[in-house]
Amino acid sequence: MTTFVAALRSRIASDISVPRIGALGIVSLVTAALVVAPIAAVVWNIFLPSDATWAHLISTVLPEYIKNTLLLLLLVATGVILCGVLSAWLVTGYQFPGQRALEWALILPMAMPAYVMAYAYTDWLQAAGPVQTTLREITGWRVREYWFPEIRSLPGAAAMLSFALYPYVYLLARSAFFEQSRNTHEAARLAGYGAWGRFWHVSLPLARTGIVAGAALALMETLADFGTVSYFAVNTFTTGIYRAWLSLGDAVAAGQLATCLLVFVLAMLALERMHRGGARYTSNRTPMTPQALRGWKALGAFLLCTAPIAFGFLVPATILLKLALTDPEVHFGTRIYGLITNTFILAGIAAVAAVAVALLLAYAARTVKSPLVHGANRLAVLGYALPGAVIAVGILLPLGRVDNTLVAWMQQQFGVRTGLLLTGSVTALIYAYLVRFLAVAFQTVEAGLTRVTPSMDDAARSLGLSPARTLARVHMPIMRSSLATAALLVFVDVIKELPATFAMRPFNFDTLAVEAYNLAKDERIAEAALPALLMVAIALAPLILLSRQIARSSQRRLSATARDAGAAVPYNDAPLQ
Amino acid sequence: MQLFLAPREVYANAVLVGLIFSAVSIGSASTQEKVLNLYTARHYATDEAFYTGFTKATGIKVDRIEGGEDALFERIKAEGAASPADVFLTVDVARLWRAQQAGIFAPLKSALLAKRIPAHYRDPDGNWFGFSSRARIIAYDRRKVSPGDVARYEELANPKWKSEICTRPSSHPYNLSLISSMILHLGEDKAREWGRGVAANLARPPRGGDTDQLTAVGVGECSIALSNHYYYVRLMRSAKTEDRALVERVGIVWPNQNDRGTHVNISGGGMLKNAPHRDAAAKFLEYLASDTAQTYFANGNNEWPTVKGVKLANPELESFGQFRTDALSLANLGKTQAAAQRLADQVGWK
Repeated sequence: MTTFVAALRSRIASDISVPRIGALGIVSLVTAALVVAPIAAVVWNIFLPSDATWAHLISTVLPEYIKNTLLLLLLVATGVILCGVLSAWLVTGYQFPGQRALEWALILPMAMPAYVMAYAYTDWLQAAGPVQTTLREITGWRVREYWFPEIRSLPGAAAMLSFALYPYVYLLARSAFFEQSRNTHEAARLAGYGAWGRFWHVSLPLARTGIVAGAALALMETLADFGTVSYFAVNTFTTGIYRAWLSLGDAVAAGQLATCLLVFVLAMLALERMHRGGARYTSNRTPMTPQALRGWKALGAFLLCTAPIAFGFLVPATILLKLALTDPEVHFGTRIYGLITNTFILAGIAAVAAVAVALLLAYAARTVKSPLVHGANRLAVLGYALPGAVIAVGILLPLGRVDNTLVAWMQQQFGVRTGLLLTGSVTALIYAYLVRFLAVAFQTVEAGLTRVTPSMDDAARSLGLSPARTLARVHMPIMRSSLATAALLVFVDVIKELPATFAMRPFNFDTLAVEAYNLAKDERIAEAALPALLMVAIALAPLILLSRQIARSSQRRLSATARDAGAAVPYNDAPLQ
Repeated sequence: MQLFLAPREVYANAVLVGLIFSAVSIGSASTQEKVLNLYTARHYATDEAFYTGFTKATGIKVDRIEGGEDALFERIKAEGAASPADVFLTVDVARLWRAQQAGIFAPLKSALLAKRIPAHYRDPDGNWFGFSSRARIIAYDRRKVSPGDVARYEELANPKWKSEICTRPSSHPYNLSLISSMILHLGEDKAREWGRGVAANLARPPRGGDTDQLTAVGVGECSIALSNHYYYVRLMRSAKTEDRALVERVGIVWPNQNDRGTHVNISGGGMLKNAPHRDAAAKFLEYLASDTAQTYFANGNNEWPTVKGVKLANPELESFGQFRTDALSLANLGKTQAAAQRLADQVGWK
């Protein structure tokens, strides 16, 4: 056994040269391993025997679930790209009334979780809701005598998810359009391309990688979604995981299904990387001059950019507000302050932690340049595509093991009965958020890092700075705004997160998302409106910060000469790892 | 208020070192402090009252996590021997059964509970006890359906109700337990025929909760729906005029009164195998069977107390009077749940 280990060690040493990885590489690998552990715990199920669940699911419902999932992905991809790219193109390429405000307001739907949007729209659009009731009063029609689009359907779910997720594409597309230089467009103009032709043949291909990366984030969120699709009773692959686990009582089959989902995501990401190929676009960054629009064209641009904000934010927020204000059961008790505090604490700690880990992993990959470190990073972001509840179970199992070992050890060594140290602690919950949302922070941080030219590293190192000090003294100040953006995005995501919080939180510790869900689950939607609105309000604060940053960055870009190394766009065009 | 932020836990856990020391102090403190750690799937405004009542009566503080039934179950399993949880409260007997199968409960021998709670509402070995019961009722449009036409669950499969029935998805425990009861009473083949008939009669793909189905009947999307009784009672007790107008239009029947009785399910719980505070757990479960706690527990969700003779201050619920309930052993429902889901999948009841 020992000889085997020794042999293995020497092989590993010769293959991937441990000395080259160094301390930083090892710390990074260990961190990535910790983030991957819960995912591995889920994958582990493929080695376990499951009941006849598979055969049953395949012969009955699974084909339909897969069909629904693919259709949903297709519709959401179309939706987020349409909303995101069109609005990004209009606000970067043109000037029209309201353009400045729209430029930042377009990310507001990020504050509205898709499942909350689903509650609001259902209440509004269902047969008994105000819209159809008014319609019947006006026309004298009766239910079932007329056709009305059903919101609780697959297209409905796709609409909710598209409105909630298009800001990812918008952010990435917007910065990609900004990167494009005037010269390219001048050349295209001289070649006889009109506005549409330039968009189609120049801008779009150049922004392609950013758009695909944004869409990939949105699609991973779509695959992980259970709140929206289950509320709409749209059966997707995730429904299958839950059905195996809860209705059929076969946790192993559920883990195997979740593994299939992961394989699908890995394939999708590999496609995305292949599509990106070696493409790296650099430009001389003479920014484009936005073209002024007048008359009906200006109005059209304004309406096209307002629509996603209206459907993704204003309408659902108004519906919720009306529910919260008119329902006699809604109480604004003191309890709500505790919920707000808890939500803040979790989101705050998680945001800082995620950025720190993302920075560590991205910087290690840059410095160490080992395929092992790169590969580990790629696995570490997979948690973004797993349903939160699956991650929660994946974390609870190994954590419970570690905890029980620790308890036994403490008892043996010190004779103290400690109780669980990790499970049910805020630490464990933060860990869950890391596993789930590292992708968001990692992508942003990595993009920021690529803007620091490698010559900076060399210069700092030649001056005798250690890698850690180089990071702290050179990179971090330059990429300050990328770090802030990453933190804000994670902050917003954690506020909205539900299943992991639900399963793993400490005693007497509720958040706004938990409260909203508890009430909605019990079919008390009006009472759920208040915590849901507060959740949106809290997520708005960081988003407004983010928006101001966007506004600043665009001004800076327009003031021509600024060749800012790491500044100010939330996303660069470096796609998801 | 102090309940929602326990600073000791929160801040100390921020860093790992702090975490270990604080947890040691929490751990050792909680063994002296009189505390009950409760994992519960319930979340009602009246719950606060019976937790306070318990603390007043016994001096034991209740620390709790209100979570999803299934998430809490997974958590208890993962936490294993060191789990802090003393009592697990959940809804639906299939979940109680599954928890028992997983071996997370410890049998509790309590003469008091055995005396107060009827035998068919508890596990014979004392693994779990039902503290309130809920009935699966048939709701109908008073303008279109006569209650006599939907007097039995079997009627829902009658082809004359084509495109007239609304229900939530089959995977919901309330439907699964009803389907289980059909399997147990009719046998699997006849139950499948019944399920196929129901699926063929659906007015729309199953979606939403029970309240949504009642609303759908009220507005005319369908004329018959399945619901748990308390969603209807909640509408009866609502301060909103449109809710009471809905009650005017939608009537309910207690199915199968002339044969086996209406299908009922329970919410309940038991003491956990690794409970650190076993005495407190036993006291708490016994407290839940007391007259006061039963009133709060049941009234919080407009359910019936399982203890006989408890007075409810709930005129709407009492207006229903006595009815015959299905005496099927509830434990059997849990056993049949997976078969029920397979049946629903086979007949296309989504």
